[in-house]
Amino acid sequence: MTTKLVGTPVQRVEDQRFLRGQGRYVDDIANDPSTLHAAVLRSPHAHARIIDIDVDEVLDLEGVHAVWTHDDLAGPMAEPLPLLIPHPSLTHGRTQYALAKDEVNYVGEAIAFVVADDRYVAEDAVGRIRVSYEFLPPVVGIDAARAATHLVHDDVPGNIGARMEQHNGDAPAAIAAAPHRLELDLTIERSACTPLEGRGTVARWDPDVNRLQVWSSTQTSTGVRAAVAVKMGLDLGQVDVITPDVGGGFGVKINHPWPEELLVPMAARALGRTVKFTEDRREHFISSAHERGQVQHIEVGFDDDGRLLGLDVMFWHDHGAYTPYGLIVPIITSTQLLGPYKPGAYRVVFESLYTNTVMVTPYRGAGRPQGCYAMERTMDAIAQFLGKDRAEVRAINFIQPDEFPYDHGLIFQDGRELEYDSGDYPASLVKLKALVGWDEFPAYKAEMAAAGRQVGIGLACYVEGTGVGPYEGAHVHIETSGKVKVATGLTTQGQGHATVFAQLVADELGVKHEDVEVVTGDTRRMPYAVGTFASRAAVMSGSAIHLAARRAKEKVLRIAAEALEADEKDLQIVDGVVSVKGSPGSAIDLGTVSVLSNPLRYAFDEASKAATQFSVGDPGKPPVAEGEEPGLEGRDFYSPERATFASGMHAVVVETDPETAEITILKYAVVHDCGNLINPMIVEGQIHGGVAQGVGGALYERMAYDESGQLLNASFMDFLMPYVTEVPDGIDIDHLETPSPLNPLGVKGAGEAGVIPSAAVFAAAIEDAEGIPIIAMPISPSDLFHLRQIHAKEPS
Amino acid sequence: MKPAPFAYTRPGSLAEALATLAGDPDAKVLAGGQSLVPLLSMRLAAPSALVDINGLPDLDGVTVTASGVRVAALARHADVLASAEAAAVQPLLAMALANVAHPTIRNRGTTVGSLVHADAAAEMPVVLSLLGGSVDAASTAGTRTIPAAELYVGPLQSSLRHDEVAVSAFFPALAPGAGVAFEEITRRQGDYALCGVAALVDGASVKVGYLSVSDVPTVVDLSGIPVEEMGEAALAHLEPADDIHATADYRAHLVRVLTTRVVRSAYDDARGRR
Amino acid sequence: MTEELHPVRLVVNETAYDIRVPARRLLSDALRQDLGLTGTHVGCEHGVCGACTILVDGKPMRSCLLFAVSAVGVEITTVEGLTNADGSLGPVQQAFAECHGLQCGFCTPGFLTTITAGLRDNPDPTHDEAREMIAGNLCRCTGYQNIVKAVERAAVLGAES
Repeated sequence: MTTKLVGTPVQRVEDQRFLRGQGRYVDDIANDPSTLHAAVLRSPHAHARIIDIDVDEVLDLEGVHAVWTHDDLAGPMAEPLPLLIPHPSLTHGRTQYALAKDEVNYVGEAIAFVVADDRYVAEDAVGRIRVSYEFLPPVVGIDAARAATHLVHDDVPGNIGARMEQHNGDAPAAIAAAPHRLELDLTIERSACTPLEGRGTVARWDPDVNRLQVWSSTQTSTGVRAAVAVKMGLDLGQVDVITPDVGGGFGVKINHPWPEELLVPMAARALGRTVKFTEDRREHFISSAHERGQVQHIEVGFDDDGRLLGLDVMFWHDHGAYTPYGLIVPIITSTQLLGPYKPGAYRVVFESLYTNTVMVTPYRGAGRPQGCYAMERTMDAIAQFLGKDRAEVRAINFIQPDEFPYDHGLIFQDGRELEYDSGDYPASLVKLKALVGWDEFPAYKAEMAAAGRQVGIGLACYVEGTGVGPYEGAHVHIETSGKVKVATGLTTQGQGHATVFAQLVADELGVKHEDVEVVTGDTRRMPYAVGTFASRAAVMSGSAIHLAARRAKEKVLRIAAEALEADEKDLQIVDGVVSVKGSPGSAIDLGTVSVLSNPLRYAFDEASKAATQFSVGDPGKPPVAEGEEPGLEGRDFYSPERATFASGMHAVVVETDPETAEITILKYAVVHDCGNLINPMIVEGQIHGGVAQGVGGALYERMAYDESGQLLNASFMDFLMPYVTEVPDGIDIDHLETPSPLNPLGVKGAGEAGVIPSAAVFAAAIEDAEGIPIIAMPISPSDLFHLRQIHAKEPS
Repeated sequence: MKPAPFAYTRPGSLAEALATLAGDPDAKVLAGGQSLVPLLSMRLAAPSALVDINGLPDLDGVTVTASGVRVAALARHADVLASAEAAAVQPLLAMALANVAHPTIRNRGTTVGSLVHADAAAEMPVVLSLLGGSVDAASTAGTRTIPAAELYVGPLQSSLRHDEVAVSAFFPALAPGAGVAFEEITRRQGDYALCGVAALVDGASVKVGYLSVSDVPTVVDLSGIPVEEMGEAALAHLEPADDIHATADYRAHLVRVLTTRVVRSAYDDARGRR
Repeated sequence: MTEELHPVRLVVNETAYDIRVPARRLLSDALRQDLGLTGTHVGCEHGVCGACTILVDGKPMRSCLLFAVSAVGVEITTVEGLTNADGSLGPVQQAFAECHGLQCGFCTPGFLTTITAGLRDNPDPTHDEAREMIAGNLCRCTGYQNIVKAVERAAVLGAES
């Protein structure tokens, strides 16, 4: 048996290219002087009617090839962009146009599209476009949206895009009857994915074959392909979309099509030239999506032990100017808020609100950080009220290991029941408390206090529905060289898919890891796919690849059994060689099996001679047996009934400076359960990255809009993404592996876990250090200073 | 984010550079470019021409004498920071320079360029002001010495004329028995400070320089005031303002906290040098 | 008006390239587009992220904050120049591979150049010095944990070689 690779920290194969500077990101594609470059005129105003656009001065500029405004668009291209995920509760969904028609609704909205010899000249041209505006009052922030003194869209009353309610039991009645009741009002501000590589698209139209080739830095190549085909009036078969190396996604690149993903192909076809758009950093801040902003009101009833009896949550979700991604983020908040707990009776109502700001689509965690924040702040409030240990109050509310599958009686983001498949929350809590030193902390805190230092500890628990459908597929092809080529349709943004998927194939097929090559996100290789989001790649594509490899293996064994005149049951595959167990002389390598799988008339080399018509085959039978296809391939799809639910718990110890109110992280601990681990090194890397993003979201990053809707910190100077100096020096991680019963690998998603509990866990730790309720996140030293002043005046 | 077009010259002599500047009021000098280039790329500045002085001879180097440290126009922050002689003669230089952005920026950015960029949130203008240093400016009309007290005239505004090149800066040596200290509070390490304080004490004389809490680099003479009350006293001369990273009140609070801390450190520094 | 082109000789990874560029051409763009050295990445174009960091006469600098016309008379090293002569990974690159110091790989070239210079100046950094060495570069994927480990590992590999 080949050594099993699944479960081991296999080094990444993609690194060899990246480390040599040989990655191919979208801006590296078509890197030659004949490629034309695009720039976009974006609205400088948050809310305005467009009276006139004057582009006369643009075409005079040497090096400018074309300029488009909405007036120049035709057919489907002139219609609003798709509303990707409709929902009955989204009664007033609105999407923008590829180029603004009559009105702009956020600073950054695309108005005109210029194509020129290079980006410098394209920006010169953008600067020459004159637009006259009639200003409209901007609606900025949830309070203004709720007040609805002004409307973002004239035909959306109250700025309410959607109002949705779900319940299980009668929460208000349960709360009214409970021995104890609490109310909490919480806020959480906007942040954003901000991958180091922004968006980008390259397109080339081939007039000889009437086909379009598009490269895009996207999380869904099949989605972009379908959108481009529809908008350009092309058949799917005329459009290839290839996702090259992607410099980070974190959610923002799952929304599609971005205006440029349509405008670049349109321009390429119109001009007969390769056209490239590379988003710059300022554009990324003002025209790509944000997330997180919510205001929450929570009412909870509980007993003397802190056991939840009723939970009634109302929240307001700021979705920005448009709703291309539907209600996914607030639906996730409203359902995943429950975490590992049994809420008693539960009711949740949300309103998804329009504002004149950048739209909101999923950012790593996708509504879960807000839900976790609401629930965990509630748990801390209950513990505080009852004078109980915060871990104890959580433990008493846990779903127990023998209660799975656990049905919450709600509908999840995928339209399926919110039913947890497996987990062991009590075991996780035991591990976390040990890892962070929970029980020893009071003594440590007292010791620090004696030295004049303020420290605090917090913990937060989450459950994350991962691996949502509808499906992913895979194609496994064993070449006559014996090398294995694997394709799956979802895309890669640094998760190491080429490594982990090859681990699965190597194990299933019995081949060497280095003989497996994985391609993702190329519609030429796998045209049926959904995309990379919701921590679904390992679950969905991993399972599909495993199944496809199994199909290929079955065929290998059928052919080899015949060739070796042995029973399939007696065969084994080790390092790419099929042999009869116990008789090593009787063997055939996979390359030869591949040759035999494809009956040939023509020979091209020594190997293929063996498959030609005078060499093989029973003259009494058709060369390709009934039920078989030529070639040594396996193709399969994985489509689960519902999501699988990963879980975890974080704890953090912080120190707050009594004078400057600076917040320092002393210790960060994570217990994580994503089922079976395919590559623990990569899973830990995902956790590290998530935690750092969480630190950013909790302590540093916010979108600072002024009341006119200008984003004041649209740069890395002022949007404070953490450097190494701001993240914990070391993250203690412990794993629990509770396999999922839903997929053949027993895996659950891992990509988003690191970021989910951040706002909650930091709020808890700072509250513990300061003795001041923390109800608004993120929190800066300046914010903490003011909280101290308020509470010094009015001790709670 | 690409700069608008500009003409470019890379003169081989100072005279040539000065002549070019004299002939084009919209031309700007390019030295390290670490503040200028982002402004150009964001198209917040669009000079007609850049006069690149990086090819000029004799403008690099840090010259240290008993009276002080002379930093030439092309000396990079990293060069000044690396000079043990400079640190020995005027220790405040290294204390402050270690807080200027990140090392990669310090490898290219020039100290003199930072001084004449006149950003009240930057470290070196305050240091020059506190120490009572000066900048030498050359033009076709000759060279003049601008004392720090006359250099900073408004937000991001220095008294350097458009036709002048700042050819060097002079930081006076630390007097025997005197002490210095520097501390700033930033959001992220390497960011512009929310509040920064530099102190120079010499016997009963206490002078404190402030960054990020006023429009121009500001030095306040706090001699004779009890150390715990110095910050409050300094606030009468400062105008901390709200921005997206901190409120004015918080910055004022930092002025109080840091002033006491840094003045005490400066006295410790003085004692340590005896 | 046609923009004036300036003849520029850039010496990159010990190779001289003669190009003609407008004055405003950022060195990062010249490296990527005129020289085809796309390993240097552009993440912010205002000098904060560090993805475009190259070595100029051995010192790390932001190539997005330099103009190609101004980069004459210096020796430039990009990520493509960090590989050993036989094509194998240099010690910093090797350490990144061993320590999982990269995910999407976009910021990586700037870290590799920065650390190469950092370890030349300080071949045996303490843990805090290893962190300090990378303090001016942004990474959104790794949380820096494994990059710090890679600095420490690269120091060991460097000492062995």
